[in-house]
Amino acid sequence: MSAKDNFFKVKHLYNRAGFGISYTDLEKLSRKNLEKVVDNLLKDSEKKDPINLVNDFESKRQLLVQAGLYAKKDLNDEEKKMRQQIIREQNEVSRDLNIAFVNKMINTDAPLREKMTLFWHGHFACRSNNPFFAQQLNNIQRENALGSFKSLLVEVSKSPAMLQYLNNQQNKKGKPNENFARELMELFTLGRGNYTEQDIKESARSFTGWMYDKDGSFVFRQNQHDTGTKTFFGKIGNFEGENIIDIILEKPETSQFIARKVYKFFVNDNPNEAHVKELATHFYNSKYDIASLMRKMFTSDWFYSDENVGTKIKSPAEFLVGLSREFYVTYNKPQVLIQLQSSLGQYLFNPPNVAGWPGGQNWIDSSSLMLRMRIPSLVLNDGEIDFSGKADPEDEAVIALSRTATTNANANTKPKSYVNANANWTKFLDTLPKGLTPLELTQFLLQPKLNTKITTMVSDNKGLRSTAVEITSMPEYQLC
Amino acid sequence: MNRRNFLRNTGFVAAGSLFVPAFMKPLEAMALDELSLYKNLVVVQLSGGNDGLNTVIPFGNDIYYQKRKSIAIKPEEVIKLNDMQGLNPNMAALQEIHDQGWMTIINDVGYPNPDRSHFRSMDIWQTGSDSNQFLSTGWIGRYLDSNCQTCKFPYTAIEVDDSLSLAMKGQTKKGIALKDPAALFRNTNDPFFKSMLQNDKEHLDEDNLGYLYKTMIETSSSANYIQNTSKIYQSKSTYPTSGFANQLKTVSKFISSGLKTRVYYVSLSGFDTHVNQIGQQGNLLKQYSEGMAAFLKDLKSNNKLDDTLVITFSEFGRRVEQNASNGTDHGTANNMFVFGGKLKKQGIFNAAPNLGDLDTGDLKYQLDFRQVYGTILDKWLDVNNADILNKKFNTLDFI
Repeated sequence: MSAKDNFFKVKHLYNRAGFGISYTDLEKLSRKNLEKVVDNLLKDSEKKDPINLVNDFESKRQLLVQAGLYAKKDLNDEEKKMRQQIIREQNEVSRDLNIAFVNKMINTDAPLREKMTLFWHGHFACRSNNPFFAQQLNNIQRENALGSFKSLLVEVSKSPAMLQYLNNQQNKKGKPNENFARELMELFTLGRGNYTEQDIKESARSFTGWMYDKDGSFVFRQNQHDTGTKTFFGKIGNFEGENIIDIILEKPETSQFIARKVYKFFVNDNPNEAHVKELATHFYNSKYDIASLMRKMFTSDWFYSDENVGTKIKSPAEFLVGLSREFYVTYNKPQVLIQLQSSLGQYLFNPPNVAGWPGGQNWIDSSSLMLRMRIPSLVLNDGEIDFSGKADPEDEAVIALSRTATTNANANTKPKSYVNANANWTKFLDTLPKGLTPLELTQFLLQPKLNTKITTMVSDNKGLRSTAVEITSMPEYQLC
Repeated sequence: MNRRNFLRNTGFVAAGSLFVPAFMKPLEAMALDELSLYKNLVVVQLSGGNDGLNTVIPFGNDIYYQKRKSIAIKPEEVIKLNDMQGLNPNMAALQEIHDQGWMTIINDVGYPNPDRSHFRSMDIWQTGSDSNQFLSTGWIGRYLDSNCQTCKFPYTAIEVDDSLSLAMKGQTKKGIALKDPAALFRNTNDPFFKSMLQNDKEHLDEDNLGYLYKTMIETSSSANYIQNTSKIYQSKSTYPTSGFANQLKTVSKFISSGLKTRVYYVSLSGFDTHVNQIGQQGNLLKQYSEGMAAFLKDLKSNNKLDDTLVITFSEFGRRVEQNASNGTDHGTANNMFVFGGKLKKQGIFNAAPNLGDLDTGDLKYQLDFRQVYGTILDKWLDVNNADILNKKFNTLDFI
């Protein structure tokens, strides 16, 4: 294998398994054997570094106050103020938590772990008004991101965020609430069509009593638990929640469901069934070892075949994180990251529903695409694309005319764009080898194969910085 | 989809070495009266869960006053529409609209096993799903997917906003979101983006890159079409100064200038009135009513009211009994407003909510919201509602 060949493979690997790679690291790794590179990637991601933004003590205090207020029928003015104050604080901390997750992805040196955390964040989709719960679930997903799927599943199922979101607090003996049991099988493990309504009813009974207490810790309430006999997938017994999860994992359909979803996230929106089956069998035989599944996938030849390179639409998180990481961007007002996520249709910690973000072409509509193509110039260059192409004079006139109405006031000053960010160009340019041409930079920044339009466009050699802004503003940059 | 279909469906044909938007020519050639055959639907979304019982007030029912001791609207303040129901006094602007016969109120619209989460219930309303079903396409999006004769353009559905709602997203087609046609036009005509669109024959393929280019080309041609068609039109009507009225003004400009768009989507938010509801909801209802009245009169003066149907919904109504903070909590069934020049049934469509027969404190629905959608799809947008809603819904007689 030639070094050039390896260069593009490593680049592909780091774009899919992480959030991109610097030119320096890429050159270094390209000299290594690809399997070694994969092992390195896994080793780098062994580090588990949780987010510790939300104050544990303060959150528990708030929970207790909230529980107290909730139990009261009439609140006096002071109590109402207290309640509103807590909600305000929680909303603020929730926004900080969102930004902390984004920053973690931007700055991490365990890229695969963060990428997997993002994957599980969408797989075990959950909303919680309580940032402490949300942080806890995010850390469970990070901690177990590359470990045993069973441990991950059990811990997620016991997390207050999920217990609350899927109404297991209301799942009690004699009055089962089936919400959690249904989503457990439909969305988290087996997938639609691989269980019956009866299986849902029976397993819901097994999860009765799985709750969290006043200060937000998991608790198994024996007196709320239905101890009767249950029939689940033809087996009869006094099953508890853990038993149900074991039976679900015994079914190969679970490994197939997860393998397909992993494949769609990391390889291609349109799964190749033979490849999915290969992964599923491996995953099942490894007793659901996630790291082993990932290694299998990243060392398969097909992972690097043409139809799987530069053909996936980046999710908004991948797009924003990748761009920020590549150019060492600082956001002077980090809240703008939330605004951008929301406008692009992926507000982290706020999935549309328990099914998560649909992904693929669903990310793209006219407005989100136009915004995606504007963001790089807004982030990197205050909205300017230094483009010297010849515009149609008539269009120029129309544009000028429509612009006067809105921007006349500050026509002469170049305002900081609303994104208000700074790229560290010096640092970025330092990572590039001396004498790198705009064409070579383009080959580095874009994942799809270059066509003549692009090669012509960058051939006028207007400098690396301008080229970078142009390239990242192209539809091709939306792909990885 | 094969390549030929793809080209046809994107609205482009190869002509020499350039791609020329095929719709430009037929449109110019089309006679004005042919364009005016276009019937428009305007969907208005009230986000946050509008309290329907303080919007259309059941002043003839004592239970209303018993359950809402501090926030009920007094009978003498209600704008009475019949012996039982009337409008919130902040909606005075709609009295004239009602008297003209341009308004219908449908009571108790909902769905089985209602969900009280804003997000989930809004998804249900926007996708037209059952309450335990997760769809990733919206009801208007699927109407676009049906590719009917009059709904095949990329600008068939326009949302006057910065981002596109799920309701407007189909599997293969999506509506377009724009707040300001001139701004979108400026964006797509930026010399850099324009150069992306030119000399681009290699990309009209069926993969993801092809999809990106197709979306970009459609956005650009729609932006040009919308801007060029609507820029000549100057509204003579005056609108109140509010964001909501501005959205409707933009819609009116589009309709009156003859855009071949069939569905418009606008929204007004802030209806989640758990605390001190009277003032907050009152302000919003005032904005809504005054904007709507100006819009409808504007359309009338342009002879477009008969071709326009407006519906208003919210993701849920609120509980019948008020809470301890002079507000109301999340509930279930709610009323919908329908406006237009050609309504079959005017005034109040069906019986007022039965406040004596509640489901654990919430209203029971009389009509499924998909019956309202189904009626519009069948009778106004000329498609079979079963194709869009995944099962057949009985239609109603309001149009």
